[in-house]
Amino acid sequence: MKATCWIAPNNVAVEEVPEPKILNPRDAIVKITSSAICGSDLHLLDGFIPTMKKGDVLGHEFMGEIVELGHAARDGLKIGDRVVVAFPIACGNCASCQRGLYSVCENSNPNAAIAELAMGHAPAGIYGYSHMLGGYAGGQAQYARVPYADVGALKIEDDLPDEKVLFLSDVLPTGYMAAEMCDIKRGDIVAVWGAGPVGQFAALSAYLLGAERVIVIDRFQYRLRMVREKCGAEIINYEETDVMDALRDMTAGRGPDACIDAVGTEGHHASPALYAYDRAKQAVKVELDRPHALREAVLSCRNGGTISVIGAYGGFIDKFPMGSFMNRSLTMRSGQAHVQRYWRPLLERIRRGEIDPSYIITHTMRLEDTPHGYDIFKNKQDECLKVVLKP
Amino acid sequence: MGRRSTIDVRSVTDTLGIERETQSRGSQGLARFLGWFSLGLGVTTLAARPQVGRLCGVDDSRTAQTVLQAAGVRELGHAAALLFPRRAGWGAWTRVAGDVMDLAASTTAMRNRRGERRRRLMYTTWALAGITAVDLYAAVQVTRGGRFRASNRVQASVTINRSAEDAYRFWHDFENLPRFMSHLESVRMVGDRRSHWTAKAPAGRRVEWDAEIVADRPNEMITWRSVDGATVPNSGSVRFVPAAGGRGTEVRVDLEYAPPGRMFGAALAKIFGEHPQQQICDDLRRFKQVMETGEIARSDGSPDGTNTQQQIKQRPAQPLAMPRA
Ligand SMILES: [Zn+2]
Ligand SMILES: [Zn+2]
Repeated sequence: MKATCWIAPNNVAVEEVPEPKILNPRDAIVKITSSAICGSDLHLLDGFIPTMKKGDVLGHEFMGEIVELGHAARDGLKIGDRVVVAFPIACGNCASCQRGLYSVCENSNPNAAIAELAMGHAPAGIYGYSHMLGGYAGGQAQYARVPYADVGALKIEDDLPDEKVLFLSDVLPTGYMAAEMCDIKRGDIVAVWGAGPVGQFAALSAYLLGAERVIVIDRFQYRLRMVREKCGAEIINYEETDVMDALRDMTAGRGPDACIDAVGTEGHHASPALYAYDRAKQAVKVELDRPHALREAVLSCRNGGTISVIGAYGGFIDKFPMGSFMNRSLTMRSGQAHVQRYWRPLLERIRRGEIDPSYIITHTMRLEDTPHGYDIFKNKQDECLKVVLKP
Repeated sequence: MGRRSTIDVRSVTDTLGIERETQSRGSQGLARFLGWFSLGLGVTTLAARPQVGRLCGVDDSRTAQTVLQAAGVRELGHAAALLFPRRAGWGAWTRVAGDVMDLAASTTAMRNRRGERRRRLMYTTWALAGITAVDLYAAVQVTRGGRFRASNRVQASVTINRSAEDAYRFWHDFENLPRFMSHLESVRMVGDRRSHWTAKAPAGRRVEWDAEIVADRPNEMITWRSVDGATVPNSGSVRFVPAAGGRGTEVRVDLEYAPPGRMFGAALAKIFGEHPQQQICDDLRRFKQVMETGEIARSDGSPDGTNTQQQIKQRPAQPLAMPRA
């Protein structure tokens, strides 16, 4: 079958690889009908997530049709079912899964010891997302193996098109969880750094959860335009406006009640000097992340407010404004999305027409063209926001 | 067997008032200190290369600047090797190797230096020789001490989201052990309390021995030991303690092997490979997987499941070419 393989930093290729097989009783094999390129795939592309190997199959956002089932996965699933697959691989049985913390499943990462060296404790396995996170083949392919399919595959029973349900695999629940972590109260103003798919859905969800105003910060005009038109958010282009000043002004000095970092490790900064500082340290691997958005979020947030970190970080950061964070009674919450906790209620909202996540798709292409997709997505060419791949 | 080595073991009382034995970290402490020393040296060398060059007496050469920079970067590497792993094992030897390189570089440089520079270089070389001696001592201590202690006695624990009854029942059926203990080929019950164990050894060989249950407290603890005549006399115990607040069961395993003898190291390596500690940690992780999910987590990069020793040489995360037997 064909699959998108990671070759080296900034080098992906569509290659011929073996078809997946059932390895465990709870596995399913899914014939993929749609998959997507995600912002966090760019961290792999740029080589900032350690433990990638030449030939690793990429992709953690995918859906398709079940073509094979292990004997223990037949409860509730059958061959021919249309399913969306959650990016965190979760067993459903461990203490974390049972608390709804699926992205820190204690059993799904066979390489937990590597992750423990880097992080102290290991998070769950993720499809196509380095060996530290399990060494699972991803879904930018024609077929994929889904372990613990009874937990990790959501059946889509009506005729909603792929485009409306595909993002239940990651970016929609991720954006929703970002907003939910803000614990939004009536009258709250929420600021969101990043107008990519996750930032867009975080803004949308913040309104759904009762925010009074949502302000989105980015530097690409087309993404800001989209979040204003589709979500009704106010916008700040940080290359044109000083973010801290603008937020202070928009909130009459208070600062946003909650700040969402939907940028993560590869943030940009309007100040070339500050950008260069982190970029240089990252280049020699002294610092693994560029936490511009996070720093700004902490400094902007109102006293006693909440920072919600959903952007992906890989390792260590420098110059975290701890003094501001501590002295001003801020709260920080974070996590990879616990997709399986959110996808049923979100599917309900999609079905009722309250959310139509398909608007973020700007490009649909054939699997063979994935390298081009990565290219335009990474370089924000052709007003690219989300690429959907069709095997 | 019952006798326990008390060398390098002291006991501490933790916050819950439970007395625990801990292993001495004396040589580990020295390795850690050297790790911090490397970090300081690396950062200083990289940040103040000209000054360091002057101090060593090689400030007149361009090559020396490059060599110094390389040495600085290398020191950072030593620091990482010594500070990041929880036990500084072979990391200490990276410093020794580096010292040898430095000594070689400084003696070479000395041949081309005269006067004041030569004098400063000579001080540097003597200092390097001193550091090499300390590093050599630390490396020998850490690796030798580490190996003996790790082999003599291995302890590991895991928390499982099942009742103590379930965990006890599964373990008590010794024939289940090969399902999660990867070095075991089979365990066969040959009597009420007696079992026959077969373990895989490198090069297709196997080691076999008989074991008997010594103590058995239902839902709490099982203790077993090999009967006389085993190639590697060994004993072990597993305790099942309900975790506070309904958090499942804490499973604590304690294995002990025959006191070190000439044959011991080789025989042990045959059965358990180089790292019995890692082996038992992996076994417990798989025990948790089997108890909680009914299967061993397998990925495309690790089709055989959790196995820390194989992680460095993992295959790419691509589906397997052949169906697995
Ligand atoms: Zn994603
Ligand atoms: Zn789990």
